[in-house]
Amino acid sequence: MSSATKFKRTSMIGLGMAIALLLISMIVNSLPLPNNSIWKVLFGVSTLNFTLRATIPLALGAMAGILCERTGIINIGIEGMMLAGAFAGFVVKVQTNDWPLMASLLAGVFAAVAAGALMGYIHALFSIKFKMDQIISGTFLILLALGLTSYLFNPDWVAEGKFSPIAIPGLSKIPVVGDVFFNNPPITYTALILVVLLHIGLFHTKWGLRSRAAGEHPRAADTLGVDVNFYRYLNTTLGGMVAGLAGGFLVLEAVGQFQEGMTAGRGFISLAAMIFGNWMPFGALGAATLFGYTQGVQNALLLAGVVNIPRHFISMLPYVVTIIAVAGLVGRVRPPAAEGKVYETEGSSE
Amino acid sequence: MHPSSTRRLLRSLLIPILAVFTALVIGAIIMKLAGDDPIAAYKGLFQGAFGSKRGWATTIRKWSPLLLTGLSVAVAFQAGLFNIGASGQFIMGTIFSVWAGINFPEMPIYIHLPLALGLGILGGMLWGAIPGILKVTTGAHEVITTIMLNYVAALFAGWTVYAGGSQGQKPGPLWDPTAKAISRTPPVVESARIPFIFGPPYRVHWGVVLALLAILLMAWLINKTTIGFELRTVGRNFKAAKYAGIRVGWTVILAMMLAGALAGMAGAIETLGVNFKFAPEFSGSVGFEGITVALLGQTNPFGVGLAAFFLASLAAGGAKMQFDSGVSTDIIQVINALMLAFVAAPAIVRWLYRIRKPAEEEEGVPKISWGGG
Repeated sequence: MSSATKFKRTSMIGLGMAIALLLISMIVNSLPLPNNSIWKVLFGVSTLNFTLRATIPLALGAMAGILCERTGIINIGIEGMMLAGAFAGFVVKVQTNDWPLMASLLAGVFAAVAAGALMGYIHALFSIKFKMDQIISGTFLILLALGLTSYLFNPDWVAEGKFSPIAIPGLSKIPVVGDVFFNNPPITYTALILVVLLHIGLFHTKWGLRSRAAGEHPRAADTLGVDVNFYRYLNTTLGGMVAGLAGGFLVLEAVGQFQEGMTAGRGFISLAAMIFGNWMPFGALGAATLFGYTQGVQNALLLAGVVNIPRHFISMLPYVVTIIAVAGLVGRVRPPAAEGKVYETEGSSE
Repeated sequence: MHPSSTRRLLRSLLIPILAVFTALVIGAIIMKLAGDDPIAAYKGLFQGAFGSKRGWATTIRKWSPLLLTGLSVAVAFQAGLFNIGASGQFIMGTIFSVWAGINFPEMPIYIHLPLALGLGILGGMLWGAIPGILKVTTGAHEVITTIMLNYVAALFAGWTVYAGGSQGQKPGPLWDPTAKAISRTPPVVESARIPFIFGPPYRVHWGVVLALLAILLMAWLINKTTIGFELRTVGRNFKAAKYAGIRVGWTVILAMMLAGALAGMAGAIETLGVNFKFAPEFSGSVGFEGITVALLGQTNPFGVGLAAFFLASLAAGGAKMQFDSGVSTDIIQVINALMLAFVAAPAIVRWLYRIRKPAEEEEGVPKISWGGG
């Protein structure tokens, strides 16, 4: 009961924010304002497009976090999983440059997801089988990904082409809404659909119930015949795949190339979005939108040059907002009860 | 030494040594797979670190920042906190000390140098206090806040030395106008520089001795004082500490301030003893390396000293390795990460080498968790 009302509240805040943004944007765009007016900067279509593009990797990262943490595995390694996915996607894209563009890009996506899966599996293996502190295991994944991708990266490699937007017939003609939501490249659509699927999966399927039980009360779940560690392995690997897809988004859809350390803290901001969203898919999407919006505004402010604040301070916005959000909300959200604890079945001491 | 305590010492060394060995082997396999020559790489690495007087000097020079950031992470670990923020605290230490170092040219060295060092320590301490206070008052987890503060510190430091933009953006307050378009500070004046033990070309400075003294100070603080006892109690058992009447909140803030002070001191010593100025590219990855150092040293101050020396030798030999064998220095970061994994999960090492688990519960790193209790 209380968790259901809590779900409604966090999801409503996210949804309300998105609708408010769109409404303001519709009004602003119908007014004859000059392009560098502060209203256009804060609510113009290009700002909202920036926002969505910044939101997608954060939302995917937060979904990865939810998948792991709902079954009781803390995952601060999302940053590393993303980076591994980005690099793998890039390498495969470069190797298949002479294939037809779509095939080459899809091969890149596959590689990104596979690399993420491998990272997720390693995290599960270290956390469950070898009982490594889960926060340290996550740190290891980040350092490993940073080191390996820099070591293997060759600056002469160039990926040719990236995903281009696909307009949804009809819907893309709606003013503002159409431009923002229905004229996007494929991973963006996939990410938004994944949020819905994860919500349905977690709260309306047997898999979701068992996963959540493993994260809340593993002993009880075990008594009822749920293989707790199986669900933890499965969901941590799935989470890695989603984080890998976020990396694939950066290389194959947003930037088009790989840069060393290109995730630039997105994995950590995803974690903040997950906490802010109370470990709920829609709540986390709302939080990711808020963080994405600060990045969108940051970009728009820098481009328009309308304010006289040094760019360094504008660039601090997303990080400062993250700190404020985490500090302001933590008392009111609740992580899964059994998170971070190794579960041992009775009688075994492996 | 009593035989059983000798055996205990050997056993506490066993896991870190095997972890290092395994990481080096896996590093070699990765190099082999990538088409590099691991033997030549390790040979270059060793010669670069220990093959010449200059190599030794570089190793010793790189020792102090790793040692101090390692102690920073270790002190926080003792209190059950995970300080990923050492790099931000390091940067703030750098900025505070460089401000004092480029100003006050008339001051005598016995006032100027302690002032610059002290301000660096203070800068790190204040930056470390923020996540501590946030954790105690709002419950915000230090892993998130310290990482975000790293980015904020790097941007803040970038602004202080910003050379200004072509569209009339104002330069930062610490920027050196004679550097034209380059973003950096003027050089630190002579009276704020740490004197050399061995002058150029070796450039080994007395800051290394200060860092070594910090080991003794931390060992004393953690093991022999009430503050240290409270720190360890909070780290081992949060609830018990509360029942025992320890002011848990204050202890958490204090631990983060200590951690910040140590990382800030690392930044100050690098500025006043090695770089003599600040430019954005000096920030580096020293904070993350501090995590590996702290765990490899089993969060014991003396162990941290040893581990830092080892990582310093890897860092010092890197240039010669890249020059001799063509292997990119980035492989060292991979080896560091692997060492971190193996030392943090003794179960992996035991499984690899078929070592039986010791009968008594080993005193590892305290567990960290999201919930805060």
